[in-house]
Amino acid sequence: MSLAAHVRIELDGFTLDVDLAIAPGQTVAVVGPNGAGKTTLLRALAGLRGLSAGRIELDGTVYDDPDARIYVPPEHRPVGVMFQDNLLFPHLTALENVAFGLRARGLSRGEARRRASDWLQRVGLDGRTRARPRELSGGQAQRVALARALASDPAMLLLDEPLAALDATTRNEVRRDLRRHLATFSGVRLLITHDPVDAAVLADLVVVLDHGRIAQTGTPAEITSRPRTQWVAELTGTNLFTGTSDADGLVRLEGGGTITAADHRAPGPVFAVVQPRSVTLHRVQPEGSARNTWPGVVTTVEPVGDRYRVEVDGTPSVVAEVTAAAVHEIDLHEGVDVWVSIKATEVDVYPA
Amino acid sequence: MAVETRPGWRRARAQGIPDRPAVVPLVIAVLGALLFALPLAGLLWRAPWGSAWDVLNTQAARDALRLSLITSLSATGIAIVLGVPLAWVQARVSYPGKRFVRALTTLPMVLPPVVGGVALLLALGRRGLVGNQLDRVGVSLPFTTAGAVIAETFVAMPFLVLTLEAAFRSSDRRLEDAARTLGAGRFTVFRRVTLPLVTPSLIAGVVLCWARALGEFGATITFAGNLQGTTQTLPLFVYIKLEGSNPDAAIVLSLVLLVISFVVLVALRDRWLTAR
Repeated sequence: MSLAAHVRIELDGFTLDVDLAIAPGQTVAVVGPNGAGKTTLLRALAGLRGLSAGRIELDGTVYDDPDARIYVPPEHRPVGVMFQDNLLFPHLTALENVAFGLRARGLSRGEARRRASDWLQRVGLDGRTRARPRELSGGQAQRVALARALASDPAMLLLDEPLAALDATTRNEVRRDLRRHLATFSGVRLLITHDPVDAAVLADLVVVLDHGRIAQTGTPAEITSRPRTQWVAELTGTNLFTGTSDADGLVRLEGGGTITAADHRAPGPVFAVVQPRSVTLHRVQPEGSARNTWPGVVTTVEPVGDRYRVEVDGTPSVVAEVTAAAVHEIDLHEGVDVWVSIKATEVDVYPA
Repeated sequence: MAVETRPGWRRARAQGIPDRPAVVPLVIAVLGALLFALPLAGLLWRAPWGSAWDVLNTQAARDALRLSLITSLSATGIAIVLGVPLAWVQARVSYPGKRFVRALTTLPMVLPPVVGGVALLLALGRRGLVGNQLDRVGVSLPFTTAGAVIAETFVAMPFLVLTLEAAFRSSDRRLEDAARTLGAGRFTVFRRVTLPLVTPSLIAGVVLCWARALGEFGATITFAGNLQGTTQTLPLFVYIKLEGSNPDAAIVLSLVLLVISFVVLVALRDRWLTAR
């Protein structure tokens, strides 16, 4: 079971154009800022909206191809969807919710109920079969929604922000359950999320969507260590610079300033990443081996765990993460003039 | 700080001086309520309690009761068959002229029923726009029970359509999307998700529609006439008897209609509140 899709959807002033291939048993997370087109992509794959152009092929069967005038409506696609806000039917019990898809796909009432009951047991809710959705906790409702999506044995499982509506504790719990259930599901899985933790825990591959296009594809580790969008860099809290590298490893940055990497590559447009912990701050211009130093002004100082996150306005602006001792020692606070220094060996440069 | 500059206001609050009762609106409100209460009191006061059963047991009264039940239930049935899809289309499909159609389907709620009756006569009467054609194939609606049903449907259906349209409009369409992805076709989605979700509104709309059909007078008498056993429904019977031979019968049957209306109102109270 595998998915090969080219989804192109044209809306007023917005175009979604995405190529996606998912191998059987693989979980792909689609991440991106609001309005990037994540939900539109999911709705297209589910058949809830048609394509402007492109093709959706699952397991060798074409479900959408406007050029060939093929469009299979959602009820005839072997696709299970777990929606944001669970979208359980409020007038049906947990059991009836799970049995709904089985009934709609032609099973007898008894058989549908028997299988639905099995599914509720698998997600650990066998004691709550008769509960209505409003009587379930957020985590329980999401587990019923998962059982409902998986019960009719789809070839592809689509998860639309499945954890977004849950509180932090429940989210961790449901995420763990979800990970376990996804591992036993042999079909194609696509997860939409804006939470990098979800992507890291649940996905094999991450696709970053931005303005309707794929900005980056990679493993969760690749995406976080070498981001290609400011959105990801901000989420993971790293410094991402874009610029042009010369033959000696000197990168002229787009917003002004330069940065030097020890390990330089071929000249041309590049991204440069610096982890906040690699940035050191000084009250006077440092003398030493660091090849990148420039002045700036502290704009914010905020505690993060046992360290402090310090934003420095300069050319370029940068975020540093320093120890509490450092904050006191050099008296860091808003409005203070500082010198930023970064070792060239701490700058990771890669082609844009 | 603004409080400090207004010491009088503070003292009044601190000493717990009770608010002056709002006399003027109270008096007007009582008058307003009396306007509704007095006629009902009159009806109860003048009712011939002793002979009520005898009055109800006359042939004409029983005919009127039976006919009213048949016509109002038929009208409600037609309103459900035609009105549910109409309400759904109005809530879910966008097409040019939709506002016009909405105005048109709401019109009977504000139109004087007599005017509705005249309009029906001009459309479906023997020389009417469509009635003319119907007459040729031997179908005649005016002055028949079917005519009374049509008159009642015309006046009562907007209550069902408007109530249900609002419910369709406010129900969560994403639930229908979810049902589609679970393998349900459009009709199954409608039957198993959309309709159950609007059931409280459907019941409210149906009951309102039926009550309005039961009480229909103007359009019925204009379009269908006043023939005992054929088109003389309860309201027509009440009016004729009050004017003529038997005011007691009019009063007793008025009470019957009053009781029905009251029961409908009480039954609907919760439905209305939960449906909103």
